[in-house]
Amino acid sequence: MRYLPKSQSERRQMLDAIGAKSIETLFETIPAKYRLRDPLKLPGPLSEMEIIDYFKARAAENSRGYTSFLGAGVYQHLKSVVTDALVQRGEFLTSYTPYQAEISQGTLQAIFEFQTLMSQLTGQEVANASMYDGSTALTEAVLMAERLTRRHRVLVADTVHPEYRHVLATYAKHLGISVEEFGFTTTGQADVSAISDETLAESAAVVVQSPNFFGVLEKLAPIAERAHAAGALLIDCVTEPVSLGIVKPPEEADIVALEAQSFGVPPSYGGPFVGVIATQEKFVRQMPGRLAGEALDAEGRRGFCLTLATREQHIRREKATSNICTNEALYALVVTIHLCLLGKEGLRELASQNLAKARFAQDELRKIPGVALPFSGTTFNEFVAEFPRPVQEINRKLLAERIVGPLVLDKYYPQNERRGLICVTETMPRSEIERFAAAMRKIVAN
Amino acid sequence: MNENDAFTEMDPLTIKKARRHISQNEGLIFEKSLPGKRGMELPPLDVPSIDPAKTLGEFARHGITDFPEVSEIEVIRHFTRLSTWNYAIDLGMYPLGSCTMKYNPRVNEFVARLEGLATEHPLQPDEVSQGCLRVIHDLQKCLLEITGMDAATLEPVAGAQGELTGLLLIRSYLESKGNPREKVLIPDSAHGTNPASVVIAGYEVQNIKSNERGQIDIAHFREFVTDEVAALMITNPSTLGVYEENIAEIAEILHARGALLYMDGANMNALAGVTRPGDFGVDVMHLNLHKTFSTPHGGGGPGAGPVTVKKILEPFLPVPVVKETNGRFALDYDRPKSIGRVRAYCGNFGVLLRALAYTLAYGPRIRQATEDAVLNANYIRKHLEDLYDLPYNLPSMHEVVFSDARQRKHGVNTMDIAKRLIDYGFHPYTTAFPLIVPGALMIEPTESESKEECDLFIDAMRSIAAEAETNPEIVKTAPHATRVGRLDEVAAARKPILRWRPRQNQDAQKAAASRGEQAPVVPTA
Repeated sequence: MRYLPKSQSERRQMLDAIGAKSIETLFETIPAKYRLRDPLKLPGPLSEMEIIDYFKARAAENSRGYTSFLGAGVYQHLKSVVTDALVQRGEFLTSYTPYQAEISQGTLQAIFEFQTLMSQLTGQEVANASMYDGSTALTEAVLMAERLTRRHRVLVADTVHPEYRHVLATYAKHLGISVEEFGFTTTGQADVSAISDETLAESAAVVVQSPNFFGVLEKLAPIAERAHAAGALLIDCVTEPVSLGIVKPPEEADIVALEAQSFGVPPSYGGPFVGVIATQEKFVRQMPGRLAGEALDAEGRRGFCLTLATREQHIRREKATSNICTNEALYALVVTIHLCLLGKEGLRELASQNLAKARFAQDELRKIPGVALPFSGTTFNEFVAEFPRPVQEINRKLLAERIVGPLVLDKYYPQNERRGLICVTETMPRSEIERFAAAMRKIVAN
Repeated sequence: MNENDAFTEMDPLTIKKARRHISQNEGLIFEKSLPGKRGMELPPLDVPSIDPAKTLGEFARHGITDFPEVSEIEVIRHFTRLSTWNYAIDLGMYPLGSCTMKYNPRVNEFVARLEGLATEHPLQPDEVSQGCLRVIHDLQKCLLEITGMDAATLEPVAGAQGELTGLLLIRSYLESKGNPREKVLIPDSAHGTNPASVVIAGYEVQNIKSNERGQIDIAHFREFVTDEVAALMITNPSTLGVYEENIAEIAEILHARGALLYMDGANMNALAGVTRPGDFGVDVMHLNLHKTFSTPHGGGGPGAGPVTVKKILEPFLPVPVVKETNGRFALDYDRPKSIGRVRAYCGNFGVLLRALAYTLAYGPRIRQATEDAVLNANYIRKHLEDLYDLPYNLPSMHEVVFSDARQRKHGVNTMDIAKRLIDYGFHPYTTAFPLIVPGALMIEPTESESKEECDLFIDAMRSIAAEAETNPEIVKTAPHATRVGRLDEVAAARKPILRWRPRQNQDAQKAAASRGEQAPVVPTA
């Protein structure tokens, strides 16, 4: 077997050195009746070429050759080949969590840079070394707010990603946190006026997302003001951080839960992604997840190490702030390299292109009789459109044209079968937007 | 002792695996930034351009203060230099006990990046996701065969999330029987994530002490299993690297009281192809694909923590579940008894895919990997047990746990020995864990190490044991050959600096100047 570096004679030599008659003797502590007599029924063994063939066959069964207008928390963006070349260096790829700082300075400094970039992007003071993804980051942000306020209710806007809300509900259920949801207005923005002052005064946090699930930007300042007046925190969730290149950062929020997939991480059917929690310095000891900090050695040389570990499970066990153990370090590195390449101007230009392309698509769709854009709020690269017939039905026809159409909102918001969520990023050529609009015009007319 | 003295100790006769070489200095990327530089250019916009400030109005942002501005070659050099400061499996043995740092096959990286797999959107219709769904389905089948269980969810994205998922499954199952119960039993040898996960699942932790042999004392255990107990959460082999000899009886005791047996599969690398948890009474378990199934640790993730269960727990699995009907696959969300959802979309698909590539490479020969892992651990134990104290003298499986009892007499502890290993060209073993071994040295070589590499490790450990007696100072002040020495972690935690700021840069520049280093560039943005 090519991954195993031993010859039969070496195995024999090693057994002899141990004083074991056969390899079987090393497994004798397992009662004989539970030891397998026959090999497992597994496919393989496969050579490298056969493995590649298997996965190429799987790739051919997916959406290759289709044009997709899906976003909803997972975005197609440009990336540089430089990123992949760097993260595939074995020193990054095959190293462990940097507990041994002296031989992990590469990873640690990169994490420190990641924390800085995320702080700068979100307008917050500090950010952690990454969480599993946006959905779990949001959940952990809520648990953090509960610890900070010692209140056990949380108010979540319906306009927050429905799958994120579902994850939150799963965690909250057994922790005695009551999650209450509130609606949205005709602008497509969270309807904070639906929340009473009494409820707010008992709540740990108000949770919104911006741009929200409908692609609409939320006005955070007035929400923060109301929340803070009642002693509650504001949590803002960001699933499309490219927006932060041109959209005001959520400085008013107390905690930001962010999904950084947009920065060089492939969609990869939903993961691995990169969650982040960013917050203010005064809350850092209640923040979950690893943190890299600056430190000096005895000679006064600058280095970096994991810090504030007393919050974490390997020290605190049942009293830890969270059970998070591994995070997504390699993909945090992808994000770091990608953002360094893009830089200040690149990110601004990228975000501007997204805005322009999405506006162009909106204009194309608006020209189609019977198609409307129901929400009046300001959008970034995603928006909701309303069609004269069910989106499910339209999508079947679009699929025949090799187009993956709008996300059917009905899946998450019942009674919305004629509304779909459309995402247009910088990667979408104008010709494809026009082809999409033309196909839509035909389908809607028939 | 100064550094040069330490290096006279690095003579090639003593330290065979490594010698000193030059490593490049490199500041923070922010310290290289200058306005107007960039490392990536975009294709021209092919639709009418718009002014974001005008379009966004009150939402508009006008630039990000101090965001880096560097060229492509600077990014390449920056991260390449950083990478050379890391130790990695690709450089040598990584004997971290309980972490299973095995070779990460390169073909796994290649297939994870294929167009048609890396490019797929998780919400696209099942009709155009058959390939992804089949990858999930095929991996599930493999994991069920390896663990001897009946059903699986691949949604959890880390071992700790697998634990939480497993515990929620237990809770929902018991709730459906009328009472979720209150406590989960955990042996004192357990990893810290176990109790942390129990709390998030809404249970109370009841710690149970291991006996003098490091095993669960059956008579004692029986007393703990009351009607309040939902489950026992056990790692097998334990964190001592020892098979829990009474595991089947433990399962029976739990089942007789209506409780379930959860197995933390962190140490599955000792069992794959040899025995199956499902056969010896386990009801639910998680696997760490980034351990047993070779997906890269990447400096701390991503991982994946699939959960496999017995039939009784299947109705409660998180959504979505991959369903096969006549060779077509679909995501099933209609599961009224489900615990809910533990992560958006379908989990860490890219990690699942790599784990499947690994499993296909071995097929039924996965047993050979397990055997080699156990062989390596026993070989290392045999060659070190005369110099290092073995607090629990039971047969080792894939890892061996020594203590620093003998070296401590000379003022040298496990951390010192670990740090000295760095000078010998190795990553340290796991220190100070499990908690039931004071001053633990937890060594897990994995199957990926050749006899030659094991011999070098043994040699290094023996040499350090000798140094602990003859020259303890060199061990206590190690490492001597790294870019930085031991960092003052206490000071770092007292006044944490968690991000770069321009003013800090000024200080760093002054400090660097006083050390005669090249001063970093101050951004003027």
